[in-house]
Amino acid sequence: MAVVTRGFVGRRDPTTAQLPPGQYLTPDFPVLSAGPTPRIAVDQWRFTITAETGSQHGWTWRELLDLPSEQPTVDIHCVTKWSKLGTHWQGVSLDTLLEPVQTQAGYALVRSYGGYSTNLPLADLRGGKAWIAYRYDGGDLPAEHGGPARLLVPHLYFWKSAKWVSGIELRTDDMPGFWETMGYHSYGDPWRDQRYAGD
Amino acid sequence: MTQTATQRPVHWRPARVAEVREETATTRTIAFDVPGWPGHVAGQHVDVRLTAEDGYQAERSYSIASPPDGHRVELTIQRVPDGELSSYMCAEMRAGDEAELRGPVGGWFVWHPEESTPVLLVAGGSGVVPLMAMLRERARAGSTAPFSLLYSVRNPEVALYAGELDALARDGGGLDVSLLFSDAAPEGTTRPVGRIRPDDLAGTGLPAGSAGRAYVCGPTAFVEAVAGLLADHGYDPSNVRTERFGPTGG
Amino acid sequence: MSDGEYVDGNAAAGMLAEAFRTEVSTATVTCGNCGRSGRFADRHVYDRGPGLVARCPHCGEVNARMVRTPTDVWLELHGSTSWRIPAPPA
Repeated sequence: MAVVTRGFVGRRDPTTAQLPPGQYLTPDFPVLSAGPTPRIAVDQWRFTITAETGSQHGWTWRELLDLPSEQPTVDIHCVTKWSKLGTHWQGVSLDTLLEPVQTQAGYALVRSYGGYSTNLPLADLRGGKAWIAYRYDGGDLPAEHGGPARLLVPHLYFWKSAKWVSGIELRTDDMPGFWETMGYHSYGDPWRDQRYAGD
Repeated sequence: MTQTATQRPVHWRPARVAEVREETATTRTIAFDVPGWPGHVAGQHVDVRLTAEDGYQAERSYSIASPPDGHRVELTIQRVPDGELSSYMCAEMRAGDEAELRGPVGGWFVWHPEESTPVLLVAGGSGVVPLMAMLRERARAGSTAPFSLLYSVRNPEVALYAGELDALARDGGGLDVSLLFSDAAPEGTTRPVGRIRPDDLAGTGLPAGSAGRAYVCGPTAFVEAVAGLLADHGYDPSNVRTERFGPTGG
Repeated sequence: MSDGEYVDGNAAAGMLAEAFRTEVSTATVTCGNCGRSGRFADRHVYDRGPGLVARCPHCGEVNARMVRTPTDVWLELHGSTSWRIPAPPA
């Protein structure tokens, strides 16, 4: 049983918002990362969806920006316990990007510039639940928060919203990503407190 | 050969605040009593964990400011804007309060009083804390190893341990201390205000090359810049020991 | 590669001690990518995230990862060819 420190509350907002179990509201936007911030020039940027057959669909930066975009306002929940409500983004829905892709795959492995990866069921990228986001809070997505573009899939813990996204592999088997191979939950539903494998 | 202080197992230990001392407007020294403390070596740090009533926990690392002294472990904490632990520890924490400490940690950024090698200490802001532990240990042990401290701060109001450093330097015994002001200096200061420069290293009179050992501590950008200056000045990189605090602190 | 977002291996040694049960900042790590050896203390450590990532200061590749869950310590070292940890005489 840990020692309790009198009067310590931490960086938490006392307002009673409806949060997933174990989460605390934060006024700021913490930067968490596994390595140095990749610096990717938009003229070099590519995003590629690779189907389980090997066939590829790719977009340049210009092509991404030319696609119809949406401006979702969403709550985000990090497994390190902070939550941020009502965040404003702009991006292209994965429904739009997956439209031309022929696939029977059930799973997705998301890859990022810099080597990060994360996995989730393909169904969780569809149905208006995920975007490739390139604007945050009215401005270009800053590099430290995943710019030029990141995956945004807010119904799962935020480690699934891969920063500096470079592509998605569609797979018939579920392949664990960077943190999923290190004890984190394969699915990661914040409302069921699915932080660690076996939760 | 028995286990040295840098090889003992480390785990969380209950600790109680014995004393709180204000240092500057934004820093405070907190002296903990840690039953069972295995001892430490100057330069090591501890992880501090605070737990709220509802079980929420947060932890940060802090350098130990005091030389080894039984169960006593002193930390000098700088209040960081929005710092989760530092805002509590610098404003609210008082004698009798409890926390948990894990350590001591760090086997490389350490100085043992048996060593007689000349040492250059370079501190950026609160990076002076572990170097102060070394200077206090040096004084306690009566060491005459030649030491030089270059301590870079924004202005005189935020310089830590100013009186104590002055006294240690004036005691003789081979220590010299230079405060380098980056924003504002006291009247009469000859060194032009600004960040640490090659000239500042030339002034220490310590041997570089293979004979010189340096300890550099502070924010990551400061440590990177100084490591570069030391390499240019002839220091062998394997004799330059660094401790980077990361972009802010905690 | 310097971006000010990392700390030294020194800073991570407390958390690593939970896995290794001893202080490892003076351990010699050989990078599995570039083959260079150096102290663990010299790794570039990213520790503000779901887990800790220690990278080679020369080539930037991951030498070690660690996650502390409520019940376990997960440790992954496939990016290191070897670790040499000082130990008292057996």
